[in-house]
Amino acid sequence: MNGNLPRNGLRKLFGSVERVVGLSSSSSILGVKNTRINGVGNLVAFGGVGVAGLKSLAGSQRRQYSTPAEEKMTVRDALNQALEEELIADERVFLLGEEVGQYNGAYKVSKGLLDKFGPKRIIDTPITEAGFAGLAVGAALAGLRPICEFMTFNFAMQAIDHIINSAAKLHYMAGGTVQCPIVFRGPNGYAASVGAQHSQDYASWYGSIPGLKAAIRDPNPVVFLENELQYGVSFPISAEVLSKDFQLPIGKAKIIREGKDVTLVAHSRPLNFCLEAAEKLQAEDGISAEIINLRSIRPLDVDTIVASVKKTNHLVSVESGFPFFGLGSELSALIMESEAFDYLDAPVERVTGADVPTPYAFNLEALAFPTVDTIQWGTEAQLGNSLRCLDTTTWKKIIFLLAVALMQSVDKKGYPSLVHALMEVAYFNW
Amino acid sequence: MLVNPRLSMLSRSISLLSRSSQLRARLFSSSAPAASETVNYTLPEGSFQTYECDPPSHDIKVNKEETINMYKQMVLMRRLETTADGLYKSKHIRGFCHLCTGQEAVAVGMEAAITPDDHVITAYRCHGFTLVRGQTPHAILAELMGELAFSLTSLCKGGSMHMFSKNFYGGNGIVGAQVPVGAGIAFAQQYLNTKQATYILYGDGAANQGQVFEAYNISKLWNLPAIYVCENNHYGMGTSASRSSADTNYFARGQYIPGLRVNGMDILAVRQACSWAKDWVLSDKGPLVLEMVTYRYGGHSMSDPGTSYRTREEIQHMRSTNDPITGLKQRLLDLDFLTESETKQIDKDARATIDEAVKLAHNDPFPDETELYTYIFVEGSEPPFVRGREKEEVGHVVHKQ
Repeated sequence: MNGNLPRNGLRKLFGSVERVVGLSSSSSILGVKNTRINGVGNLVAFGGVGVAGLKSLAGSQRRQYSTPAEEKMTVRDALNQALEEELIADERVFLLGEEVGQYNGAYKVSKGLLDKFGPKRIIDTPITEAGFAGLAVGAALAGLRPICEFMTFNFAMQAIDHIINSAAKLHYMAGGTVQCPIVFRGPNGYAASVGAQHSQDYASWYGSIPGLKAAIRDPNPVVFLENELQYGVSFPISAEVLSKDFQLPIGKAKIIREGKDVTLVAHSRPLNFCLEAAEKLQAEDGISAEIINLRSIRPLDVDTIVASVKKTNHLVSVESGFPFFGLGSELSALIMESEAFDYLDAPVERVTGADVPTPYAFNLEALAFPTVDTIQWGTEAQLGNSLRCLDTTTWKKIIFLLAVALMQSVDKKGYPSLVHALMEVAYFNW
Repeated sequence: MLVNPRLSMLSRSISLLSRSSQLRARLFSSSAPAASETVNYTLPEGSFQTYECDPPSHDIKVNKEETINMYKQMVLMRRLETTADGLYKSKHIRGFCHLCTGQEAVAVGMEAAITPDDHVITAYRCHGFTLVRGQTPHAILAELMGELAFSLTSLCKGGSMHMFSKNFYGGNGIVGAQVPVGAGIAFAQQYLNTKQATYILYGDGAANQGQVFEAYNISKLWNLPAIYVCENNHYGMGTSASRSSADTNYFARGQYIPGLRVNGMDILAVRQACSWAKDWVLSDKGPLVLEMVTYRYGGHSMSDPGTSYRTREEIQHMRSTNDPITGLKQRLLDLDFLTESETKQIDKDARATIDEAVKLAHNDPFPDETELYTYIFVEGSEPPFVRGREKEEVGHVVHKQ
């Protein structure tokens, strides 16, 4: 099942979701679907992992994802289906949020659900995030399994106290006597031309909170981050994923592209850029990049990353969040603390959003987030000191320098030694 | 009636309280009550003030045994808080600690009106509610002292502000945050059709939080069985109600939600109001706002002596004219439900109970260090390990069975 995931892209569930903050696998995101809302909280971030498929991907990349893809589904429809399955599976599950009912969802994720489940379970709220998020937490404490939709996670800032203080910490503070099975979900990440207050990635915010997780059938609070720009993107989906009992494992990363020279770690929308960058790196530099879709931000699948780094000896972290104290910062620290550090041939490279509030102007906005080019540059920089990646011209330069150094050592010191010459070359050039 | 002209801002509520403090019990039954006897009783005029509703009846039934139990609980609660105060000063209790001394009638009166199936949520001044919701003095003191009792509420992970019990959801440390959470608990009762009421307590300071009005709006919109209970003790930390609130008629601040101001120093009035409120919300009339006019004798928390923003005379005046325990005691004596010597025995018993609880708590061990890593996630859904302070320090989660 897991094996299929990468190829299929996120399945319906995840497929769509961009990232869950808390992160779990993409599927959990929906959490709904896969993870029953039980609980308290893990955050999951979905990466758009699987997601896959961006339209921009080349056909070859796409093939990787979809093996025998019987069907295609947009992220939006996958989320919708996952919600429906969870609503059918458990009477205690209900969806509340702004415009989720009569309006069919600001992004149409909840389209048709009001007609199917009625106003008792698909609930339109006033535009009062602290009020309805707090209410959803209370309903979870009293035995229900709410799915609390934020129109976007930018507005969840109004209610972040309830996500963190009221939901994530309660189980611990109560010594295990109280549970808070709730899913907070909605679009996250940078969007197009909407300015600083509506365009930001909250993965690292929620990812830093113990007690948060991702996924609906999980008994913990889950934050499920969906990427606003990915809702309409389609991904191939298998019959297995379409089955109502299909669940993605939370906390399990997915290797969506095998490679041997460098490991790219990302989640959500930037995964698409990673895939494209990997093709360019292969074509232009002969670099074979391995790409890991985190799917879940917390729990974070450190084992998969470490194993990959031990194989490739290089790590590039890609995220659209701010660089300071972001996911890449944590990944760097985790790698330093793991046995993978001894396998690194170069320092970890971070490709992130710029450390600026998101600007409105089109040209400035384009400079604020990772692109295929920045990922390619970051990866080339990472591998710049590694001989196996050097092109013919560079090799010629090295051989020339080596020869010069050999001759110099003969002239000056009188005892030509290839070993000595190599040491000098190494000293001066590296 | 006022002892100090600077107290004019309290005039409305104090005059309300002082009227009731005269405790003119008008007995309809003149015969001496026998054990477990129930008598008719009329609450003093001015016990209630209404907003957009008819008041509850002032004529109530008073049962001897039940009333004596209420008295015992209030005495025990005060003894518990007084002891906590001492333990704090001797450094056995640390951190924030908010005592409810003076406000006992609210917690005990409310509990007397409801059943264990009803739901209660409050803020950080929660020791009293934790006690009436079923936790023992031993459990509460052990939690406060960070020492693990077997019956402990939160495994010493919550402390003074975060205590829990069955159908009691804490103990929220963020001013006002418990209000929408409480609306959610009421929502669940409506969703599950349980016919249970939810009492959501907050202070006069929290009453100005925006999320309180968000919760009002949603609960009225959806007709939730939510009873908002503003414990108006006249001060949000050191800021008096009139300095924080444009309108100090907290019972009328629901606008479209009917309200009732209650003499919160009269436990019988509190009980009657809470009982009336339960009937109200369970007959699908929607939410209610109750304002319990009460008073805290101590500071906001242990770091506040409580005398910099009010006079000692004001506190003394409240204690001598409006004390909820003295008030109920006088009634019990008037009704011949208790004798002076019996009340002394109740005081003694409470002291012995708390002393014993302190002794037990002192003998409790501190929590096992492995507890640091438990209950971050629900049992069975936790990660394989949790990072400690450095990479070699790792907690493997093992929940206690």
